[in-house]
Amino acid sequence: MSASVGVTAPEILITTIARLLADPAVVRHVAVGASSPIPGAAALLARAQREAAGVAPLRLSILGSLAHNSFTSGGVEIFDMAATGRIDVFFLGGGEIDGAANINLVGVGTEQAGYPAHAVRWPGSFGSAYLYYLVPRVILFREEHTRRVMVPKVDFVSAPGKSAPDVHRPGGPYGMLTSRCWFAFDKAAGRFRLESVHPGHTAEEVREHTGFEFDCAVHDADVPQTASPDNATLQLLRSRVRGELMETYPKFAGSLPEADGYCGI
Amino acid sequence: MRFFETSSVQEIARRIPSGAKLCVAKDESGVSMVVTRELARRARDGALRDLHLITVPVSGIQADILIGAGAVGTLETSAVSLGEYGPAPCFTRAVKAGAIRLIDGTCPAIYAGLQAGEKGIPFIPLRGIVESDLMRHRADWKVIDNPFSARRDPVVLIEAIKPDIALFHAPFADRFGNVFVGRQREVATIAHAARETFVTVERIVDEDLAHHPQMAGSTIPAVYISAIAVAPRGAAPLQLGGEYGIAEAVLARYAKQAASQAGFEELLQEWLSTASAARSAPEAALAA
Repeated sequence: MSASVGVTAPEILITTIARLLADPAVVRHVAVGASSPIPGAAALLARAQREAAGVAPLRLSILGSLAHNSFTSGGVEIFDMAATGRIDVFFLGGGEIDGAANINLVGVGTEQAGYPAHAVRWPGSFGSAYLYYLVPRVILFREEHTRRVMVPKVDFVSAPGKSAPDVHRPGGPYGMLTSRCWFAFDKAAGRFRLESVHPGHTAEEVREHTGFEFDCAVHDADVPQTASPDNATLQLLRSRVRGELMETYPKFAGSLPEADGYCGI
Repeated sequence: MRFFETSSVQEIARRIPSGAKLCVAKDESGVSMVVTRELARRARDGALRDLHLITVPVSGIQADILIGAGAVGTLETSAVSLGEYGPAPCFTRAVKAGAIRLIDGTCPAIYAGLQAGEKGIPFIPLRGIVESDLMRHRADWKVIDNPFSARRDPVVLIEAIKPDIALFHAPFADRFGNVFVGRQREVATIAHAARETFVTVERIVDEDLAHHPQMAGSTIPAVYISAIAVAPRGAAPLQLGGEYGIAEAVLARYAKQAASQAGFEELLQEWLSTASAARSAPEAALAA
């Protein structure tokens, strides 16, 4: 496999997530929430790669898409599917995320200002307080990797990273992908572990911009680089996947590089 | 011949009084923007206030306009956002200022509350949620121990949601008053749970949907429906599945202009005067 030249930062993120969706024994069905173009692209890419490899198909449900979504029972169906073990992977983000993988989608200054007044207000918790508990592998995805987002402790816990032992919790955080790196989440320790830094980024820089402590199995200088996609993967992403993505995320799809000589979906 | 009286957009708006518990669905489920505009007009004229707005489970421009126009006293929601177009400006302003009573929820709890409502039961248990900070602000959510489990198993109980009024837009109704909703089944749940349901539709069709072998499963029978008004492009600038897409330029303009309250009021005024001028063609109001 030859590494490609000219790989863009979003392509690194998309192909990294697609690798996490590759194993047919673990990921049968991936669901992607609204306004998540990079996870959506990754799910479409993983599906196309499985087809090409002739392995068990990946079912995917992209909220907000008509073509890549098979829900027929309304908005409640994704939650009922999650509760009955029919969704293996989901993506969540957060205005704030802390080192115990607690996520905050509500706002900042919720107590000082006297909730429900806030100093900073985000849209709200969506389905996070539920899906984080029930989907076995929740991948946290937040491009902005700054001390504003990666905080020591979230101001409001929309959904907790960890539960008390007697709480029914088949789901939870699997890892976190940012614009700088990939962290695995160590469930036993309840902490993130830096696994790789993306091309052009360093472990030192990750520390500088992360407000919480995390583990790292090696010296900073020895942290591996996040793998770049091979040419076949890039070709697939820049042709078929780019076309499929147009239906739901025209603006984002248009911003992705297009394979030379590719015409039509 | 029709077997029910079709209403008008204005009449439906008049039947939604101050203080009502009004339940609406998310952007892609069929939003009656045409009635929303009339509600904003009534609020601005001082004829409507203090709505308890329930979004199923989230909302965008619809909730934002109602909040900006001063129609909302209480907001029960899982999230309000303009999605790709950014934060919902009037919602954000009102919450930060503490100007509305906010009931912060999570999507499956809103669906479950309505499912309890449609069953006529007082509450429904739900997984997850237990350790979310949302619990601290929801006196109406209780944790019990699963009575069917041998060991400790905390489970959240969600109180039934019983809206006074459900409001949405659908592709079509038949002349018997049955309403086709397609795969957007959440609006059927809302209609089942609500005391009254008002619907705007693109058109009225002749065939009986409730007895049509392919369509019946995607149809709300007339027994749940209080009034229907025909309003072509009544969801615009939002989309209606299988009918038309989102008016991107209108949403982008809204996001930009409503960033200030003065900008919002200017835009609302413009939309309302366009709507008055074009009552027979309400789509013109937001097509500008």
